[in-house]
Amino acid sequence: MTKRFALGIFEDEDVLLHAIDNVRGAGVKIYDVFSPYPVHGIDDALGIERSRLPIAAFFYGMCGLAFALWMQIYMLGFDWPMIIGGKPNIALPAFIPVSFELTVFFTCHGMVITFYTICKLYPRIKTPVLDARSTDDKFVMAIELDENSSQLPQLTQLLRTNGASEVNQKEMTKF
Amino acid sequence: MATLTHHHEPVANEHLEVKPSVQRTFTTIIVAGVIILAIGLLAAILGWGGHHEASTHLPAAAGHAAENEGSPIWAKRLLVSLWHSNVFFIGISVVGTVFMAIQYVSYAGWSVVVKRINEALSAWLLPGGIIMLVVFFIGRHDIFHWTHAGIMDPKSANYDHIIAGKSGFLNMPFYIIRMLSYLFIWWTFSQRLRQLSLQEDLNGGTGYFHTSITTAALFLVLFAVTSSMAAWDWVMSVDVHWFSTLFGWYVFSSWWVSGIAATTLIAIFLKQAGYLRMLTSNHLHDLGKLMFGFSIFWTYLWFSQFMLIWYANLPEEAVYFNQRLGGFDGRYTWLFYGNLVINFAFPFLALMTRDAKRQMIIMKIVCIAIIVGHWADFYLMFMPSTLKGENGFLIEIGVALIFLGSFLILVTRRLAAASLVPVNHPFIEESVHHTT
Repeated sequence: MTKRFALGIFEDEDVLLHAIDNVRGAGVKIYDVFSPYPVHGIDDALGIERSRLPIAAFFYGMCGLAFALWMQIYMLGFDWPMIIGGKPNIALPAFIPVSFELTVFFTCHGMVITFYTICKLYPRIKTPVLDARSTDDKFVMAIELDENSSQLPQLTQLLRTNGASEVNQKEMTKF
Repeated sequence: MATLTHHHEPVANEHLEVKPSVQRTFTTIIVAGVIILAIGLLAAILGWGGHHEASTHLPAAAGHAAENEGSPIWAKRLLVSLWHSNVFFIGISVVGTVFMAIQYVSYAGWSVVVKRINEALSAWLLPGGIIMLVVFFIGRHDIFHWTHAGIMDPKSANYDHIIAGKSGFLNMPFYIIRMLSYLFIWWTFSQRLRQLSLQEDLNGGTGYFHTSITTAALFLVLFAVTSSMAAWDWVMSVDVHWFSTLFGWYVFSSWWVSGIAATTLIAIFLKQAGYLRMLTSNHLHDLGKLMFGFSIFWTYLWFSQFMLIWYANLPEEAVYFNQRLGGFDGRYTWLFYGNLVINFAFPFLALMTRDAKRQMIIMKIVCIAIIVGHWADFYLMFMPSTLKGENGFLIEIGVALIFLGSFLILVTRRLAAASLVPVNHPFIEESVHHTT
């Protein structure tokens, strides 16, 4: 499937942030913004909702904790009870380090796997680059156009007045 | 009035005016403390409550008490609780300066809006130091077993060869020299950083900032050593037969997290009174993260100390937890577990979400819990070793309230002495625009 984009190229991070506010204020929907480095406050400016990943992380952690406690209590308390250092078979203080580590292990792996799945990041992925300069020193604001690119003149005007150094049109397949 | 959203207004001086109602509140805290203390003393002198019964029912404990030279129990409790609350508040006081020093050394900008609170906390160092010396001279026999007459003398009936083996470190001249050095170092550097900050307000420029960084770096090196040693001297030598190698960090982490909680709490109170207009939920969020993280850090040290002792189960080490976990008819057991609940479980669960850290009401509750909780943590470090089975709460809480009221009066006075916003700090703009 082919999509058309208007690309506003910005030189400066502050100009970009103001432009985002103004463009969204003018009722234009921004497809995405590409920047060479993470820009502070851009998530709020673009109105991106907060990630729900921490909630998932909490539950992964709970799973890890439950698994660790079950494993140790079952192994040392029931399956193969051993007396170690005169302590009871189920000696909770001794289980805490392992429980902690497995909680962290489950949380980390769960979060990474969830994150990659949501972002559709997988090996040999082909990432479409709208403008290669966004990996160098330019900020690129992409706005999706309709089939005839009819909004392009107004958009060019809008982006220019908000400090874009150039406005290009770009077609992309496989989105 | 107190909204936590960004203010787009120029940085300006803010001067705290202490209202009579606030002064009255502080006085009320002190008066309440005095009343509770008086009731507590009366109860201890007249023998209300359970202490007497406990000691008559346990011949061993009574015998042990008889061999101690020492004051009557009410005086002993008063002296120990003065020492206890003073160690706690001196810690909070110096942590203000430590926090500020770390911000300087790490070139951190976000914390500039709360910098004046950190500076104000150190107002307690001088009076606290004086109280500490006085209590040590009057009450050392009731607090420190190693100061007893003849305990290091092989000919004496009181001789204890384990304590005598520590006489190279725990002797009066060296102890007093150390105590004076810690207090002197902490006080000098707090004063120095405060003066630099005040001069910066008047004259501006980045010179004061760079001098502060050098001063702060030197202070942090000295504090790393003195805080650990102060913990051995002031807290661990109470249990003179016992030792723990990470005790210095344990006490430091307790002071540190209470100090951050105190800073945050004062910031919230100022915000709700209409001051600190530059303080936003972003600053609270970062303070909350520190409180969350260091509550876990405290737990980590607590557990590291507990688990090795529990696992090895050597009598000379395990006695410490024996006393606290089930000793003296289990009178400390509830505190032992309560300590973990209030200082670990509660802050951990309450501050876990982002929203919680950004709201004043939740932060306020957690700050108060942390401060009360770590006061109780120090209670648990001191009381089982000094008062054994004769501890109580009225005298201790009364003393703590008197300290709290006086501490607040001095801190507020210092807050009012200068602008609440360090207007010429090079990073003030960064702090105002801070987002997390």
